[in-house]
Amino acid sequence: MSVVSFAYYPGCSAKGSSADYERSTRTVCGLLDICLEELPGWNCCGSTPAHAVDTELSAALCVRNLDIAAQCGAKTVLTPCPSCLSNLRHAGRRMATPEFRARVNELLDAPAAETLPEVTSVMQGIARQYDKAALTARVKKPLTGLRLGAYYGCLMSRPADLMDFGDPENPTLMEEMLTACGAEVVDFPLKTSCCGASFGIPERPMTARNSAKILDLAVNMGLDALVVACPLCQMNLDLRQKQAAKSAGTTFDLPVPYFTQLLGLALGAPTDQLGLDKLCVSLDGLLKKAEGGQQCG
Amino acid sequence: MNKVTDISSLRDPAFTAAVQADSGQDVTTCYQCGNCTAGCPASFAYDRQVSQIMRGVQLGLKDEVLNTRSIWMCLSCSTCSLRCPNNIDVAAVMETLRHMARKEGRVTVPKVEKFWFSFLDTVRVFGRTYEIGTMALYMLRSLRIFTDLDLAPEALKKRKLGLIPHAIPRQDVPDDGARAVGRIMQRYRQRALREGVRP
Repeated sequence: MSVVSFAYYPGCSAKGSSADYERSTRTVCGLLDICLEELPGWNCCGSTPAHAVDTELSAALCVRNLDIAAQCGAKTVLTPCPSCLSNLRHAGRRMATPEFRARVNELLDAPAAETLPEVTSVMQGIARQYDKAALTARVKKPLTGLRLGAYYGCLMSRPADLMDFGDPENPTLMEEMLTACGAEVVDFPLKTSCCGASFGIPERPMTARNSAKILDLAVNMGLDALVVACPLCQMNLDLRQKQAAKSAGTTFDLPVPYFTQLLGLALGAPTDQLGLDKLCVSLDGLLKKAEGGQQCG
Repeated sequence: MNKVTDISSLRDPAFTAAVQADSGQDVTTCYQCGNCTAGCPASFAYDRQVSQIMRGVQLGLKDEVLNTRSIWMCLSCSTCSLRCPNNIDVAAVMETLRHMARKEGRVTVPKVEKFWFSFLDTVRVFGRTYEIGTMALYMLRSLRIFTDLDLAPEALKKRKLGLIPHAIPRQDVPDDGARAVGRIMQRYRQRALREGVRP
């Protein structure tokens, strides 16, 4: 397959708490001949704090990025983070209203381009290029013997009309990709439940309780890992796993890798190019099990 | 004899109209099925359930609604919107209420807003979020200096949090990157003050 290029918006967490998502995304896209061209001078989308404070402020922060992409001639921008994706898409859609556009333009150095590019997730970007069979054809080390659950969180599929991600309470794209990689993927009923989002800092019980519910189910279903696509979900379920366990009066030891890390393993990427060392709950046991599965298979 | 509470003096039809206009939602179609409340992952921390808030908006009970803790504890997960049989974007109504309360300076759960401001302060300076900076500012603002200290050993060992802020590289763009973001936020603030609302 020839190389395709997309403009790329990493989002702030890529430079900090989700450096492993960033690393594995770049590795996987490299192996799949998808070229990611990072937007020059991109800024924070404002995340929850900006839209919670003011819709126009949030949109202005997003539109500066979309405008840079438009000036680069980009038609499509990929981003790994569902929160960035949601904010960028909301902003793009709201700019279609002339009054809103005028209010946002007032906040910018110069009025934004008339036509702004579409934004989509890295996951959908990969799926556009590779259907299940094409992905399987690229697999070098199948994830045979692994029992996985896919967890999307709130934002990837909601609001349905904006996110265009299939059934908003039962998306299946991640399952299809992991199945293509040879894993056994079970239907995870809480796949679009909220993990508690950004309340970890100001209101710990909110994240601890919601994340515990998700982790508890994953453990009870006998999953080897709960696979995620969102930096904030990953932090709540992995770094904050002990806080969640404490709130539920139990202990958990469940790996919560990004889907790109497992895709990378299946595509044969060296583990040091997938940021596996950043995971708080280690993937070592899972890696051994996968190797065992390959030998048996 | 039945006891009847007369709430007519508490009703403010202009409030209902303002919520409808700002959120773009027709709240009159809510018939109190309770689906939103049933699916809400934050309901355990609410002082009024989301379906009660919807009723309050219909009735124009401005103070009752804008003084709730609930509008601050909402996770913006949109489960309520998704499950509303009348297609009301309930999460948009909650967000509108949060905006209205903020603009009037009614902040029932200050620590949540303090977290937002701490986050946005780092964006104003660096153009991108600085996670440790957000934490430090939040600890100062809220005087909760032990926030998440239990996570520090793991976070530092795994280098989950970059110690050095990742500002927008100035040479990458002609608008000076971080300063352009600072200007956006400054214009927002000045306009809000000009329009007589709390930024």
